[in-house]
Amino acid sequence: MSEETTADTRPEPEPIDNVVIRFAGDSGDGMQLAGTRFTASSALFGNDLATFPNFPAEIRAPAGTLAGVSAFQVHIADWDILTPGDSPDCLVAMNPAALKANIGDVVKGGLVIVNSDAFDERNLHKAGYETNPLEDGSLESYHLLTAPMEQLTKEAVQGTGVKGREVLRSKNFFALGLMSWMYQRPLDPVIDWIDQKFGDSPVAAANTAALKAGYNYGLTTEAFHHTYSVAPATLPAGEYTNITGNQSLAWGLVAASQASGLPLFYGSYPITPASSILEALARLRNFGVRTFQAEDEIAGIGTSVGAAFAGHLAATGTSGPGLALKSEALSLALMAELPLIVVDVQRGGPSTGLPTKVEQSDLLFAMYGRHGEAPLPVIAAATPSDAFEVAIEAARIALKYMTPVILLSDGYIANSSEPWKLPDLSRLPDLTVDYAEGPNQGESFLPYLRDPETLARPWAVPGTPGLEHRLGGLEKQDGTGNVSYDPMNHEHMTILREEKIARIADDIAPVEVFGDEDAELLVLGWGSTFGAIRAGVNRARKREAKVAHVHLRHINPFPANLGEVLARFETVLIPELNRGQLSRLIRARYLVDTISQSKVQGQPFKAAEIAMKIMQLLDGKDEQR
Amino acid sequence: MTDTARYTRADFQTDQEVRWCPGCGDYTILASVQNFLAELDVPRENHVFISGIGCSSRFPYYMNTYGMHSIHGRAPAIASGVAAANPDLHVWVITGDGDALSIGGNHLIHALRRNINITILLFNNQIYGLTKGQYSPTSEVGKRTKTSPMGSIDWPFNPVSLALGAEASFVARTIDMDRAHTAEILTAAYEHEGAAFIEIYQNCNVFNDKAFIELTGRETRDANRIYLEHGKPIVFGKEDEKGVVVGPDGAQVVDVADVGIDRIQVHDAKAPEPAVAFALSRLSVGPHGPTPLGIFRDVSRPTYERQLADQIVQAQDRQGPGDLDQLVRSLGTWTVE
Ligand code: SF4
Repeated sequence: MSEETTADTRPEPEPIDNVVIRFAGDSGDGMQLAGTRFTASSALFGNDLATFPNFPAEIRAPAGTLAGVSAFQVHIADWDILTPGDSPDCLVAMNPAALKANIGDVVKGGLVIVNSDAFDERNLHKAGYETNPLEDGSLESYHLLTAPMEQLTKEAVQGTGVKGREVLRSKNFFALGLMSWMYQRPLDPVIDWIDQKFGDSPVAAANTAALKAGYNYGLTTEAFHHTYSVAPATLPAGEYTNITGNQSLAWGLVAASQASGLPLFYGSYPITPASSILEALARLRNFGVRTFQAEDEIAGIGTSVGAAFAGHLAATGTSGPGLALKSEALSLALMAELPLIVVDVQRGGPSTGLPTKVEQSDLLFAMYGRHGEAPLPVIAAATPSDAFEVAIEAARIALKYMTPVILLSDGYIANSSEPWKLPDLSRLPDLTVDYAEGPNQGESFLPYLRDPETLARPWAVPGTPGLEHRLGGLEKQDGTGNVSYDPMNHEHMTILREEKIARIADDIAPVEVFGDEDAELLVLGWGSTFGAIRAGVNRARKREAKVAHVHLRHINPFPANLGEVLARFETVLIPELNRGQLSRLIRARYLVDTISQSKVQGQPFKAAEIAMKIMQLLDGKDEQR
Repeated sequence: MTDTARYTRADFQTDQEVRWCPGCGDYTILASVQNFLAELDVPRENHVFISGIGCSSRFPYYMNTYGMHSIHGRAPAIASGVAAANPDLHVWVITGDGDALSIGGNHLIHALRRNINITILLFNNQIYGLTKGQYSPTSEVGKRTKTSPMGSIDWPFNPVSLALGAEASFVARTIDMDRAHTAEILTAAYEHEGAAFIEIYQNCNVFNDKAFIELTGRETRDANRIYLEHGKPIVFGKEDEKGVVVGPDGAQVVDVADVGIDRIQVHDAKAPEPAVAFALSRLSVGPHGPTPLGIFRDVSRPTYERQLADQIVQAQDRQGPGDLDQLVRSLGTWTVE
């Protein structure tokens, strides 16, 4: 910020403790970028924050249409927040379609800032408006501010050297500048970023010019004189970074590789919303990471099975349709008892479904989506930063128990971001493994002779003299691992494989109850619903309701104390972004008459939805929003 | 690694009872491979045999090396993972015509194009044996089987043509009965850096007996086996009286006496372009009539796993070995007091 921007008679910014802002535009308008940069400035400023990008499946849906609207929501606060916010307090709409698609979510009385240049007849028509909403009074219940952003951008970038279509490309930076003014964000971090990204180029100059023009437009235009400030949050002391779930999951795999001393192999096929894990890992060759972009999902897991056989920490990542294709090889890895991490970044299904939207509907598939009796550990990440720890936990279980592990994330965790207090990396768990080095029974080596405690078999890697052995999908004779069609052996081995997974229950953290121990109502969740559930429970508790919250990281096996905890509560509510899949597992396992709260709209829960359900269950009253 | 021991065939045999049908061509190939490895002087533990599903895919159980009898069609993918993870191993893929060319076609072509260091032995018996006699992707048109009672209407793959089209750097063909030739081809394939593809005509005496009789029968074999030798004119027959010419219309069999030896194609397995090799692979369909055996193509190209290992070294040279502390700070951090 330059000095002349501060010396004036304008009113002081109004201090607010939090705000939810949504940047919306055409998918070509650069709204994800504007939102990300606004977030980065806020992070550096010290706010707590949570973000939620929401974009169409098409890379370039027809411009100006509802289908092409891309939005980025960020919640910034001076306190510890849990979600990207239920409803925006402020909407930035770059065109009529963006306005139409998002206005319904904005709180009444909220701020709506629009690019008035885009509200011509053609765009209004494409968005399905019969009259211009900026003029027909339909936005009366909002605080509407308009700016001719395209015109102003054009003027701003004159002389920077950008031409033709490139000129209007900078309008997202104009919007970002204007929002930086409104919420008193510093411009320097954005300018630094532009310099880094675009170097000394006309594009860099144009973006910087548009950014400053947006800021100055706010400064000099009376309509924008009411500004807001959100003070830094009082987060626990420490060093923070802002991280998305796929990024932290990738780093977690690398951390597990270092903690185990094993090189990381990641075989994968690009699929939304998992691809950015492959991309993040591909950049980390200097960590000895071998990424293998396979010809298909099957080869993604196939190469990883091969790498696991060869002694690597092997992982593969995908989303629902890909998990279906991996199912057969997953059963092979289970039968061969090789360690393997299978990441499923869930999205709306079935089939291609809603590729860019969130859902938790692969849970039962992760549990049971294999032929034969084929139980596997299933664990889930709760937040973007939690994915780091969960990746390490997946590796721990896989290596210790010689089993594939399914790690569930989802599109919301994958792309959302939150501040992450950097962990003490010197205290990563010790995941070192001992490969088999010699005979384990007399003179001979039995590849299926098990550890009496974990029931894990030894891991003998090719290249080790004297331990030559054959793995395979055919049933194994206990101990020797030779092919066996013996009926009693098959039953014995089936039960052994089941028991091996069941025993993990004693080796994982028991569930912890948050909230009121003496509550009647327990909200039980898993995965990315964590923030909404915790915030909803907090709201209900502020209204004097007694509520508790348990969030599961381990779904198979369940933590050993879960049954006893569930028994303490009269009512168990299970909110899920599916049709009640965890609810079914809990009912089947513990015979608890759970209440399922289901949402399958491709969108995360709002905290208000959870709070309302809690209040309904407790006293039949609707919570006022 | 151990000292290079002198192995015998017995060192590569396992205690598992071999369960192919008596008379199956697989026995001969097993013996050829075991004998070949015994002569190699390479530590036994450095061989890994990966197979899919099918009669031939039982092979790893009978090899006293590391091995995996995996799932249908996926052996090239799993083997690629082993090879990419540890370039010091020698990774073999044992597969059949159904396994490699039908359910696993995709993995086969991609392993070949990547030139990952695996040696693929495709036992082609032109039938599904393990599932008891359905037509396969190499069965001839018109073949009557349980699933094609009126005759197959599927046009078959020519595995050598397919491999050449898939950018394979080493492509060869041999036949189970000819153990000396098999050994020669195994040696060349083993020495080849990168993906090596060998089609082995293998007799299934139960469901498709005598499929290769024109190449194995006493009366016909000399007239029908064309042994390709690098740098030599392609001639065959008892007296080398037949030869192959390659022109714009492809490869043709001629009488040497008619055209003169100078017009006979001199085999060049190292030719950068695979066009002539492809033409040779089209000489016989079925196979009926004169059929080339030997190395169609043997060219050198950087291998996948070496390039991968090189990238790791390069990245470490440039950026230093991975430092997790730096990594988690790479997106910028801020400190809360
Ligand atoms: S069915 Fe055919 S290929 Fe299979 S083992 Fe018997 S003879 Fe050999």
